[in-house]
Amino acid sequence: MNYRHIKKWLLLAAIILSGFASHFSDAINAYYLQVVIFIGINIILAVGLNLINGYTGQFSLGHAGFMAIGAYVSAYLSNEHSAGFFHALGGASFFSVAALFLGVLIAGGLAAAVAGLIVGVPSLRLKGDYLAIVTLGFGEIIRVVIQNTDAVGGPRGYGGIASYTTLFWTYSIVAITIYVVVSLIDSTYGRGFLTVRDDAVAAEAVGINPTRYKVTAFVLGAFFAGIAGGLYAHSTTYINPSGFDFQRSIEIVIMVILGGMGSTAGVTFAAILLTLLLEYLRFVSGYQWLPEIVRRIAANRVIIYSLVLIALMLLRPQGLFGWLPRRGVPVGSARVKRTKLPPHAP
Amino acid sequence: MILFLCLTEPFELRASHAQAIGWATVKPFIRYILVPVLFATGGLLARQARAQDIVVGEFASLTGSEATFGVSSSNGVELAKEEINNAGGLLGGRKIKVIMEDDQSRPGQPSAAVKKLVANDKAIAIVGEIASSRSLEAAPICQNAKIPMVSPGSTNPSVTEKGDYIFRVCFIDPFQGTVMAKFALDNLHAKKIAILQDVKSDYSKGLAQFFREYFTSHGGQIVTDLSYTGGGTDKDFRAQLTKIKTGQPDAIFVPGYYTEAGLIAKQARSLGIKVPLLGGDGWDSPKLTEIGGAALDGCYFSTHFSVQDKNAKVQDFVKKYQAKFRAVPDGMAPLGYDAMMILGQAINTASSTDGTKIRDALASVKDYPGVTGNITIDEKRNAKKAAVVLEVKGSKTNFFATVPP
Repeated sequence: MNYRHIKKWLLLAAIILSGFASHFSDAINAYYLQVVIFIGINIILAVGLNLINGYTGQFSLGHAGFMAIGAYVSAYLSNEHSAGFFHALGGASFFSVAALFLGVLIAGGLAAAVAGLIVGVPSLRLKGDYLAIVTLGFGEIIRVVIQNTDAVGGPRGYGGIASYTTLFWTYSIVAITIYVVVSLIDSTYGRGFLTVRDDAVAAEAVGINPTRYKVTAFVLGAFFAGIAGGLYAHSTTYINPSGFDFQRSIEIVIMVILGGMGSTAGVTFAAILLTLLLEYLRFVSGYQWLPEIVRRIAANRVIIYSLVLIALMLLRPQGLFGWLPRRGVPVGSARVKRTKLPPHAP
Repeated sequence: MILFLCLTEPFELRASHAQAIGWATVKPFIRYILVPVLFATGGLLARQARAQDIVVGEFASLTGSEATFGVSSSNGVELAKEEINNAGGLLGGRKIKVIMEDDQSRPGQPSAAVKKLVANDKAIAIVGEIASSRSLEAAPICQNAKIPMVSPGSTNPSVTEKGDYIFRVCFIDPFQGTVMAKFALDNLHAKKIAILQDVKSDYSKGLAQFFREYFTSHGGQIVTDLSYTGGGTDKDFRAQLTKIKTGQPDAIFVPGYYTEAGLIAKQARSLGIKVPLLGGDGWDSPKLTEIGGAALDGCYFSTHFSVQDKNAKVQDFVKKYQAKFRAVPDGMAPLGYDAMMILGQAINTASSTDGTKIRDALASVKDYPGVTGNITIDEKRNAKKAAVVLEVKGSKTNFFATVPP
């Protein structure tokens, strides 16, 4: 069967499977369910950021800001306007809830995409460290603006959000995100991202406008972050601006780097692994068979988590999942250095 | 399924990938699949608490920006747990086991931590969080699971409004307005008061409102009621203070934060206003006297706890705390202690580990002699108890009085 068809069937199967799994979510331990949903949200964030940081080679540090916009816009819409919406559709049925949730998620994603455009156009003319600092600054601006907006509670946070996020919504969107990113990178247009990453000058020479491609990647990444923010807000039912600080952005960047920049599969694995690791460490201090001293150290799980990160970066600088296939890079090897042509080649 | 979807990415590499499927490809898969398996078994292994133990969950900010709050309150909880267990436990000899989860002072963490405590550890009650924002995140989870939650120090009124299973052992912000009104009437014998409040802060407005209500209904008179914009916006308060001076009040109530309170005190003295200034726990900072200096001498403010309190219970607690942790307790430690002690008493009163029965017992707590005062839980599940009033003298704050509600 044609590869493109396989991909479509897999997408459909993933959505059906998540709907099926969602049906049994009442029987799943509430904690595991929450962790699994957080994993899904982190996959969406990391795969979206990978489009910017991995495939297009731009270093963005403001992803949490876009997530915040998506979270607040969708939460505000579903809190303030759900009553009118349900009234117009004749009551809160299964379908009106689904329509509302899909609507607010997309609205949150679009709002984040618009913010991505506003941030991206002026800042993506910069490169490397400069871009990282500018995006970091924008992310903080978004957070501080929310902190000073009384309509969404300001620093007190925004609560009372309906708990709409289910396994079905989370993993359908995960599947769609991965499908969109993989298909995009496979397309002719998507090759442009890789070209911009590998050599912006050469890209320009063959008629690719690097800024335009960078902005496109940025806006798409921001859109997915906005959707993830909407899922997050409707999962925890309470959001606070301090949850979208630059530390959150760094967490997502770590997932991308650890997964091996520019490998959707690797980044997906890294998002799963890092989310699980931090939660798994909660249990280590409870193991009675471990010596007391180990359990005491393990009680401070952030230290262990950070040590694991340091060790992984020292041992596998090409990313934990560098063995996974990557676009534009031979399978199983680290990134190949571009060979320079001799300066005066004929 | 989703993983397969993203594995389909390198379609033109299929041939080379197929050759590579050997041990080297399989090994990492085993390695990374092992982690989730360990994770699942972790849940089973962790549940090694003896069946007769009473499991109480605690979540606190042990790391992160507000780590001092979390460490202090969990030390208080630890002290209370030991005391209860040494005295023979609860419900006829059953020991308390506290399972503690760190939330890194970050939003998003409490929801996972509390769900773990409720679903995996089967905690029968939750003691948790000083910061109101993180209590607000955990409250709906406890409410839905019908597990009582006792917050040691979240003072924002909306926390306990989340549901009837949510309690606190501290007073709410505006309650300090009532306390200071009472203090002004009974201790200072003031008849006329001027209020100067921060219009930008809910905290300040709440305090002013409660102060006004109590003071006027008990024979006092508010002669001037003015406001300023806090948060570093206003620096010059002379216009308001000149107007206040013409009203000749016996004291001025300034329910704001320490930055403005210090400046207001300085400018008031330079205008020749000699009456004391009164405030709430927004004043409680070492910076207060740095800014205000000698101008603050003879001013008073309310707060939760003072180690200088001569009350035997307080001194006993300070001694035990110092012996165990080699540090002077701050305000959060006794609140954590009281939260655990009240919960222990409620479990005994309910003579059950059933969430609903513990909730009912907590709701009926009356005059519990805690370290931070005699605690009564009111109909809104807030603690009604005495506040401590401190006097500023010579750039120090001294314990002055306890004011019962």
